[in-house]
Amino acid sequence: MSVPQYRKVAALALVAGLGFSLTACSTKGDDGGNDAAGKVTITVDCQPVAAQKELLDNWNADVKEFQNQNPDIVIKSISVGQQCNNPPDFTARLAGGTTTDVFYGYMTDLQQVLDSGQALDITPYVNKDTISTWDSVDPALKEVFTDGGKLYGVPVKNYSMGLVYNKTLFAKAGLDVDNPPKTWPEVREAAKKISAADKSVAGYAEYSAGNTGGWHFTSLLYSQGGRVLSEDGKKAAFNTAEGRQVLQNLKDMRYGDDSMGARQLLQWGDLLTNAAAGKVGMFIGAPDTTQAIVSQFKGKFEDWAVAPLPGQTDLAKGTLGGGEGYFFKKDLTKEQVEAGLKWIAYQKLTPGKGQFDYVRAKPQNYPVGLPQPLLFANGSEAQKQEFDLRKANANVPVENFALFETKQLPIVGEPRDAQAIYAILDSAMSGVLTDPNANVDTLLKTAEEKVNQLLAAGS
Amino acid sequence: MSIATATVPAQAGAVAPAPPGITKRRRRFQDNLTGHAFLIGAVLCFGLFMWFPMIRGIVMSFQRTRRGVTTWVGWDNYVRIIEDPSFWVAWKNTFYFTGLALVLGFVAPFFVAILLNEFRHAKGYLRILVYLPVMLPPASALYLFKYYAYDPGEAGLFNAILTFLHLPTSEWMQSPTMTMPAMVIASTWMNMGGAVLIYLAALQNIPGDLYEAAELDGAGLWKRIWHVTIPQTRLILALLAMMQIVATMQLFIEPLILANGAGTQDSATSVAYLIYQHGFFQNDLNGAAALGVIMLLVLAAFSAVYLRLSTKQD
Repeated sequence: MSVPQYRKVAALALVAGLGFSLTACSTKGDDGGNDAAGKVTITVDCQPVAAQKELLDNWNADVKEFQNQNPDIVIKSISVGQQCNNPPDFTARLAGGTTTDVFYGYMTDLQQVLDSGQALDITPYVNKDTISTWDSVDPALKEVFTDGGKLYGVPVKNYSMGLVYNKTLFAKAGLDVDNPPKTWPEVREAAKKISAADKSVAGYAEYSAGNTGGWHFTSLLYSQGGRVLSEDGKKAAFNTAEGRQVLQNLKDMRYGDDSMGARQLLQWGDLLTNAAAGKVGMFIGAPDTTQAIVSQFKGKFEDWAVAPLPGQTDLAKGTLGGGEGYFFKKDLTKEQVEAGLKWIAYQKLTPGKGQFDYVRAKPQNYPVGLPQPLLFANGSEAQKQEFDLRKANANVPVENFALFETKQLPIVGEPRDAQAIYAILDSAMSGVLTDPNANVDTLLKTAEEKVNQLLAAGS
Repeated sequence: MSIATATVPAQAGAVAPAPPGITKRRRRFQDNLTGHAFLIGAVLCFGLFMWFPMIRGIVMSFQRTRRGVTTWVGWDNYVRIIEDPSFWVAWKNTFYFTGLALVLGFVAPFFVAILLNEFRHAKGYLRILVYLPVMLPPASALYLFKYYAYDPGEAGLFNAILTFLHLPTSEWMQSPTMTMPAMVIASTWMNMGGAVLIYLAALQNIPGDLYEAAELDGAGLWKRIWHVTIPQTRLILALLAMMQIVATMQLFIEPLILANGAGTQDSATSVAYLIYQHGFFQNDLNGAAALGVIMLLVLAAFSAVYLRLSTKQD
């Protein structure tokens, strides 16, 4: 072969190679998830990452067992990070249409998923034949994934917030560990004492960055009886006496008492890292934050207790509730949807299986006995089964959560466009926590203008 | 050597001969076939990863997607983005950062290069030392600054130095007034090495007899810099200034890591971060695309100056 012919062959090989590479880039097959042997394949995300060894082993064991029980279904697990819904990644997957067939999302994500055009209406498929405990699932949680009478997701976890406090630091500061603060003025007093006992400890810590500041502002506002949006959801409603009280309380603790520590602009992991290191006396959070403190940030369960969320003059008038669920990608076949529902039913919604396999979890480094999730409606059969199993296998001191569990506060859901609103409210939170001269009224007014603009643009 | 030697000879008498113009074109096409085939790779890469996203972004900036349905909305996204209360704050912050970076980040490497050029010993080691931060992944370098240098307590490196010198300490990233200077310091430290090496190369091209003549005329160090070094390197200086303006206006990773996003009261929000915020947190990819196009136009203006300068240098 002459040199020019070699060149031509090389050029053709290059073109062919590029063609094959581009073909290989395509992720979607045209088999609709059914292979020649009649097996239905579905991809599911939120598989634990390698660092979560026990959780990953549990997941893989569940997949194996599920496939044994359902030999016509193949589950392909995809890990999308430890925090299954990192908003930028989630948005990119939605925009690019690269979500898995059955994909994880927060309860606040419904509008975004619908806007992206990636959601499938699963109303015709979800019933007690596909999910045997469906009738026991709390109707309020189903409602969160419903839009215009159509169901787009299946709830698999929920939470509501309380006051998380460090018993060891309470004792060190001379506070009664069995009688935690019930009001914000009491929180302020306790925080002052905790910081006075150890200058390096933040008596009370709070978020103010990465959308978590806005998230906690919302919870604090609910505790005062306020709301983020007007009833019709078209206007901001937090520039009120309740909103001012939230920011003023924080500013007083930060600059009046110096009881919130020097480091601010904290995000989720920052605060929990400090908490695990014994540098935080109190913060607001769901009971499962203690799980993160222990399993991710190497804290100790026995240090932590959770009480109901405080209010201004008594316990909170409401507490923020949220959670997570699974959506189904558009264009799935009936068989794939049914397979996905079967998997969720097995792994997420069956007492004694998957996430509720407390016998398996008991010896592992994951808590059994936390008062949440509360997926099943009060008095339902599934709730009774799950509750009995949880009590029988508890591996955490359940008495540390008794105050939270016995005093159920009204749960208020997250606002529409929650993540976008939280991003805006971060600025108000960071304002009072980093600027001693911050003007609470100005911060709220600016945030109000931004939220109203956001809502007007979205309508 | 001609590729034409490998072409298949025409089958005599099989078909009527093609008109001379077509034959010539066909032959030219066959001559360049290999070249075109090799070009496909580059064109595909540029097309897929640069031109297509760019055009798609411009198209998206005039559209709105709701419930999976995309409609044309004219200038609506642009109007909405400009009316966003953070829009002007982001531009102000971006220009402030660019200005500060010009003062500190542009001047510092030039003088470091002059200093290094003056050394007679250990030149190589010093160059490596200056270049070392460039080799550090930007995220790691910024986390070093965030947790080690800019800790607002007394444990922070900079605050410890200030305390040692009996100077007032700072809250660094938590202070709205210090946010930008702190980001510029970190950014300069991270990126200075590359510019220093370019300046060094330019400095070493200046003929030594110019300095000798200046010295004979009694010029001191500053006069030699002012009358010899700067005029001799002015094109490189101008080019790097332009490149720096274009690069610093795309400020993103510094606010993202050092300020956890917007920073205290939006003091770290840059235009690029605002694009990210709209696109990935506010479910507003179309608004993000509109802001991206606005930024593209502003940067294009600066780049035009850069291209003009580089042509002049050529």
